Amino acid sequence: MKLLTLNFLTCAIKTCKSTPASFPLHPRDAELEIAETDLNLAFLKSILARLLWPELRTICSEFGLPTLPESRPEPADLVDPDSSEGEEESPSQTARDLHRVLLETCMREGKLVCGNCGHEYAVKEGVANFLLPAHLV
Amino acid sequence: MSRPEDLLPPDLFYNDSESRKYTTSSRIQKIQSDMTHRALSLLNLTHPSMILDVGCGSGLSGEILSQSEEEGTPAGPHVWIGFDISSSMLGVALEKEVEGDLFLADAGQGVPFRAGTFDAAISISAIQWLCNAESSDESPAGRLSRFFNGLYASLRRGGRAVCQFYPKNDEQKKMVSQAAVKAGFGAGLLEDDPGTKNAKTYLVLTVGGGELDGDITGVVKGMDGVDVMDHRRRTKDRKRGEDRKGSKAWIVRKKEQMEKKGKVVKATSKYTGRKRRIAF
Repeated sequence: MKLLTLNFLTCAIKTCKSTPASFPLHPRDAELEIAETDLNLAFLKSILARLLWPELRTICSEFGLPTLPESRPEPADLVDPDSSEGEEESPSQTARDLHRVLLETCMREGKLVCGNCGHEYAVKEGVANFLLPAHLV
Repeated sequence: MSRPEDLLPPDLFYNDSESRKYTTSSRIQKIQSDMTHRALSLLNLTHPSMILDVGCGSGLSGEILSQSEEEGTPAGPHVWIGFDISSSMLGVALEKEVEGDLFLADAGQGVPFRAGTFDAAISISAIQWLCNAESSDESPAGRLSRFFNGLYASLRRGGRAVCQFYPKNDEQKKMVSQAAVKAGFGAGLLEDDPGTKNAKTYLVLTVGGGELDGDITGVVKGMDGVDVMDHRRRTKDRKRGEDRKGSKAWIVRKKEQMEKKGKVVKATSKYTGRKRRIAF
């Protein structure tokens, strides 16, 4: 599961939805892997505004990844300033790093724990189990 | 035609052998890919988006979402997140190494994403499964409403969702679309090849706000073979208060009605329907 997805995932239990502690889910015993994909600059630009940066930093530090900068990069930072005009925009180093963190770093095994109710969602082979027992729906 | 929904719950019906059969059948692959392309054309995406695939199964539709523009996906490649209730189906998807993130989840239990996550959502041949409840402590209506409420919250303003499904009958079609409307969506039903055995029903949903122009009728405007059936009352055409009960126009109309019936009616004068002066 990509780190990008983790920045959007909340606890599935209804009573948790209203509390801010249900987001983000905290990884436990996590095993990470890198799956290389093509960089998609237009997508990065559109998703950038939707990210919750502080939570992304929290998750990264919980995974033990290098710390991210304090503030989120601006959309203009993603384009390489050296690329000549008229040509297609080429991604900058910031864009490449962001792509690496969000779309290539994947959680393979482990658990996701809700900060509010403590429910554990198991992650196996990158697939998280969000099926709830009937009494929690 | 037998309906798999009537036989078993989805997580049991799509076991290992059934999932493999479903995924390797070239006929089903063709139908699924046609429907995904149709859904994408209804979504009308303009830039690479974040898409939710409800009931993604073995990723037949997801594969199309992650294709690039040259391969025939408008504004692709998109990033998608899929969920499905059948672990065997997801197993097949893992073997195929699809690019989207997969979840084992029941759409009838809600959509566990924070508000405004997705640009769009698609669902191909899945939500008819929500019309069945497997235990007595849940109901089809409850499952549908949880799903649509969750979906509505997780789409950004101005987002769209297209759900293709196989309704069992008109009643079911109505139940699904009403659940969507209740959740706040602007909903429209679109039927391809109506009246034939291969009729396909698409539920096109819009979330208000954003850059979307107007309502659901804006989506299908200019499309071939689409009749817009707009049953909403035209409140704009009728001037407000013109015919309100007790107003002069209303009294005059009623008097005419009575006269036509042959009743004795007082003549209309400048005093008709006038307010009495406050005496004190």
